[in-house]
Amino acid sequence: MTMAPVQHDTFVIERRLAASPARVFAAFADQKKKARWFGCVDGWEVAEHTLDFRVGGREVWRGGPPGDTPHQNDSYYHDIVPSERIVWSYAMQVGGRRISVSLATLELSAERSGTHMRFIEQGVYLDGYDGLADRERGTKDLLDNLERALREEG
Amino acid sequence: MLNYPALDLVFQALADPSRRTMVERLSRGPASVSDLAQPLEMSLPAVMQHLQVLETSGLVQSEKRGRVRMCRIDPKTFTAAEGWFAKRRASWERRFERLEAFLAEEDAEGAKDARSVKSSKPRRPS
Repeated sequence: MTMAPVQHDTFVIERRLAASPARVFAAFADQKKKARWFGCVDGWEVAEHTLDFRVGGREVWRGGPPGDTPHQNDSYYHDIVPSERIVWSYAMQVGGRRISVSLATLELSAERSGTHMRFIEQGVYLDGYDGLADRERGTKDLLDNLERALREEG
Repeated sequence: MLNYPALDLVFQALADPSRRTMVERLSRGPASVSDLAQPLEMSLPAVMQHLQVLETSGLVQSEKRGRVRMCRIDPKTFTAAEGWFAKRRASWERRFERLEAFLAEEDAEGAKDARSVKSSKPRRPS
């Protein structure tokens, strides 16, 4: 497969969660809690997950489908305001190839019944990504994700 | 921002259930307009209108072969659209679904703890 040009992308995901900002924050800040949702893709094995949650601290997540392409996320925490904001950057590798470097911002604000969460990612996608996705599965994922996105909008 | 100028058109094209059904059918292989019309219970002119939107978006190409108009997915546009989704947003969407599930589990665990304290741990009598 030919090399694709570097691509830039920004996206925002907003969610309303039925838990206080403090609890949502803890789900990101506490390694044991984060381990219960962050990388729990069905059937995947986690080889390593270390989290040093402080400004200047790092996080490493390694894992993937057993015996298949390993994924790795390396994060660095730039800004932390408890229960309000987390800013971190992370680099992602798949099968040892660098596929993206991103700046992520998580904003939490209290709402009557819980938390309004806003996640913003500004990313640079490198050419290592291309050729990874199996066409048929990619198409199915596209439709699945689209349906979900439209459901959320509606 | 997104680097794909036509992506707005792709989103508009896919924002309709009939057109998604057509795309789904075409993702399994080329089909004639009447093949596409069949599951939709729609007149051919209506299907042609939807097809027009899909073609403008670049998702679908069609060509006349004799009396039959054959349609196929244009892989180039699909790669652009699927790349954008597959890259990162989708994985964060899934992560946040798991976060919601985790928070709900925490709630359930908290409620269970509270109950077992109140009921003075009946399973372990002192």
